[in-house]
Amino acid sequence: MKNLVKDLTSIIGPSSYEEPVVDYIEKSLKGKKNLEIKKDALGNLIVRKKGKGKKIMLAAHMDEIGFIVKHIDKNGFLRFAIVGGLFPHNIIENHVVFVNGVEGVIGYENKNFNWKDIPKIEELYIDIGAKDKKDAEKKVHVGLLGAMKPTFVDFGKRISTKAIDDRIGCAILLQLALDDFETDNDIYYVFTTQEEVGLRGAKTSAFSVSPDFAIAVDVTGTGDTPETYIMDVKLGEGPAIKILDSGMIIRKPVIDFMVDVAKKNRIPYQLEILKGGTTDGMMIQTNKEGVITGVISVPTRYIHSQAEMCDMDDVENSVKLIKEILKTDLSKRGF
Amino acid sequence: MIIKNLSETFGPSGNENEIRDFIVETIKDYVDSLKIDKMGNIVAYKKGKNKNSKKILIGAHMDEVGFMIKSIEENGMLRFLPVGSIDKRILIGKNLLIGKDKIKGVICYKPIHLQKKDYNNIPDFDSLFIDIGAVDKKDAEKYVSVGDYAVFDTKFEKRGNIIKGKSFDDRLGCGALIEILKDRYENDVYGCFFVQEEVGLRGSKVAAYNNPSDYAIVLEGTSAADMPHSKDEPDFPKMGDGVVITISDRSLFVDKDLLKMSVEYAKENKIKYQFKQPMIGGTDGGEIHRSREGVKTIVFAVPSRYIHSPVSFADLRDYQSMIDLTKILLNKLK
Repeated sequence: MKNLVKDLTSIIGPSSYEEPVVDYIEKSLKGKKNLEIKKDALGNLIVRKKGKGKKIMLAAHMDEIGFIVKHIDKNGFLRFAIVGGLFPHNIIENHVVFVNGVEGVIGYENKNFNWKDIPKIEELYIDIGAKDKKDAEKKVHVGLLGAMKPTFVDFGKRISTKAIDDRIGCAILLQLALDDFETDNDIYYVFTTQEEVGLRGAKTSAFSVSPDFAIAVDVTGTGDTPETYIMDVKLGEGPAIKILDSGMIIRKPVIDFMVDVAKKNRIPYQLEILKGGTTDGMMIQTNKEGVITGVISVPTRYIHSQAEMCDMDDVENSVKLIKEILKTDLSKRGF
Repeated sequence: MIIKNLSETFGPSGNENEIRDFIVETIKDYVDSLKIDKMGNIVAYKKGKNKNSKKILIGAHMDEVGFMIKSIEENGMLRFLPVGSIDKRILIGKNLLIGKDKIKGVICYKPIHLQKKDYNNIPDFDSLFIDIGAVDKKDAEKYVSVGDYAVFDTKFEKRGNIIKGKSFDDRLGCGALIEILKDRYENDVYGCFFVQEEVGLRGSKVAAYNNPSDYAIVLEGTSAADMPHSKDEPDFPKMGDGVVITISDRSLFVDKDLLKMSVEYAKENKIKYQFKQPMIGGTDGGEIHRSREGVKTIVFAVPSRYIHSPVSFADLRDYQSMIDLTKILLNKLK
């Protein structure tokens, strides 16, 4: 699965420019005759494995945080706006790549720099090695999107690169779609768009799928680094079953169900309480009349940076846990 | 000129009656059907010429930024709240029209002689009052009551192609939509005049849900940025440089196919166009494109200087470019 993760995280796909991720997933699923594939107006990729049982929607978002060119100055430096939660302290002097392949470096106005204050986004610029405005305009234009440059580091079990949020979720869904396993449930693997700018793809795809049960698969923070905030989630100790985050509270029967499945199948798991941030699950839960929704998270360090880190054991165990959930007759659980 | 009426008509968010009545009266004879929904949006339908026509929702918001009277002081001064986003620094000394009788008032503050260092501070809404020249509370209550709305008191003017007035955001969109509804197109058109955009895209949410469509076009008045800048920073869109096409704002990324088509049609038909600065502001497009299963959406706008203030400028040639480009899309979309 590591190769799948490496491929997916290497794709440049900031919010609204998810097509390259769609292409990769579609290519990977070629030849899987048991799957129906469609795309909607917002670019969501909806892969259905038809079944007679309950309609289950799995959601992972294809987009990553990035930026968009706002202005090219006379010396050929680019000013930009952020797309999603990109923070200055994570990106200064990082390498970046635009969706057309042009590369750059994030610089900052350092005339008044002091060590206490982090420069604001307005004080940052992108240097693409252009001589002047005219030279820059040959390579980029206002409205061009970009993201951080992939730097895949393989530590063995653990890996580090950009966009683990949420290509790791995409990898898990893709692996599940590729694996053949017996289930009566009607499964929709939904690869969503524009999560990082407000869960937009999840809103329209949940509306069209109208599931009976949903699981969002995304990343969550950890409390296992020096002097960090208190959080009972660690890298490598299993997929995190979400209890709540700042956008949703999972209903108790859903948490109990997931915990039961994990215990029964001897899959390690952790319980997650996340203070800041949310996932597509929030949007799906309040779709139409409401949807029974849970979230499974891959514990991840350094989220929204070029060096996000996760543990492949957690990824493999997430696949196992979700697969067992998908095999369950949900009506027996009252869902 | 219809823009004059649209600009001068009273209609802050949540109190769109007058502007709605004016628009209904103007369009009722040349649309196929017309209804007002529960939020107060106008939805005017015009059937397409083509049998296999697509449904296109095209919308502009009727409401404007304004104020609401919060309480009346013993001395007859009115306390007020903003309705929609308004820069507090522009308020002192501005003329307003208040309530359904359009009582004249002025936003007052201590005169400079009585100030110490106050002029270094930006007054907040708690230190600003509206003076309607009442002698006391009882007197004021004859003319105004709590909950009354107020808007800037601005006369519309025109000199050549340049127009000056209030609420070009989004009465220019309303004007363009009225012009557009006079014709019939290949596609079915749902012309929507939305309420409550300035307080959170509320009307469009309901209208988009009630009228599922294949495409949506939002017509707006947007900030022109062609004033002097101290640094080398973005100075577009510019007044006179054509219709503004949105790539992205805080509420949406426009549909890529519609964006490509719009640029192509503009070039082909020699319609002047320019782009909006990415990721700034938000429009009804934000709600519409996320409606139901999702709607492919694009936003066009007329660049206007100093929007959300008592006075804005705009160029009628940009307005015409927006109408021309929209009409082409209404015929060409498949």
